[in-house]
Amino acid sequence: MDMVTSITSFGRSGLYDWMMQRVTAIVLLAYTVFMIGYLLFNPDLDYNQWAGLFQCTSMRIFTLLALLSMVAHAWIGLWSVSTDYIKPTGARFVFQSVCGLLAFIYVVWGVQILWSI
Amino acid sequence: MLVSVYRYNPEVDDAPYMQDVHIDIPGGKDIMVLDLLQLLKEKDTTLAYRRSCREGVCGSDGMNMNGKNGLACITPLSAVVENDKLVLRPLPGLPVIRDLVIDMTQFYKQYEKIKPYLINDTPAPAIERLQSPEERAELDGLYECILCACCSTACPSFWWNPDKFIGPSGLLQAYRFLADSRDTATTARLSDLDDPFSVFRCHGIMNCVSVCPKGLNPTKAIGKIRNMLIQQAT
Repeated sequence: MDMVTSITSFGRSGLYDWMMQRVTAIVLLAYTVFMIGYLLFNPDLDYNQWAGLFQCTSMRIFTLLALLSMVAHAWIGLWSVSTDYIKPTGARFVFQSVCGLLAFIYVVWGVQILWSI
Repeated sequence: MLVSVYRYNPEVDDAPYMQDVHIDIPGGKDIMVLDLLQLLKEKDTTLAYRRSCREGVCGSDGMNMNGKNGLACITPLSAVVENDKLVLRPLPGLPVIRDLVIDMTQFYKQYEKIKPYLINDTPAPAIERLQSPEERAELDGLYECILCACCSTACPSFWWNPDKFIGPSGLLQAYRFLADSRDTATTARLSDLDDPFSVFRCHGIMNCVSVCPKGLNPTKAIGKIRNMLIQQAT
């Protein structure tokens, strides 16, 4: 049995959160490197080509993966920050709830944008 | 030289304050900070600090000297004094009882949590539980910890969550028993440490390593605990 219980952390296990933080960081790094590379190799990018990139299923999968990674990464990080610096339980819970709500909004909004191109 | 000492006696003072004392070192010798404290105490007998062995073994006189934690008895003035000035404060992050004396209850509670004793559920042999020289060598760099609290009180993660994060000292000791070939409670010990606070509040900033007066490396021990957790869980 864990010596400290947490019901608001991402995976409720420190080891799981630690692993997720690293895996999501690698996904975000790969996405960033791809994006920078794509922009560098396509200096005269126009709308049609840019829209075409995101109409491709593999790019939608990669983008959604990056979006979900960002949300998970941000949740683990901000949860950590909130448990360090926000001592009153009420204020901490409100902060965590706002982070969770924003994360959910970004995912739905991101999916909507991605599949409307 | 100028010594600025943190003073607080809750029975008399409303708030802590810094007391500035000008002091001449007899013969201009490079004495230890603990010797300097003795000189200060001769001037002002109300000054309180802990000390015992005066040779870096008991771990009683951990304090913050010019911003860095260490043992006063084995820290020469030449190692800490800057511009002829020395600021002495209690170890940061734990409640002050008086002057340089801190309440270490929280620190010991974390130590107690990791069950700092051998657990072995096999029948005891007639004489003793033997270890090979290699198995014994696994404990080097771990058993030397004197629990002076210099590391844990230099760790921001311990400052913010002293009730949940075990801290570098406790985790070094946790690994000392995880690494012991005679201990049979490895699985139970590891499953106690899997939560988001006990081990994983360590972000590897290595303040603990830079202040340890015994030259130990808690960050490395924490990394080994993490590797054991990963091996058990994947």
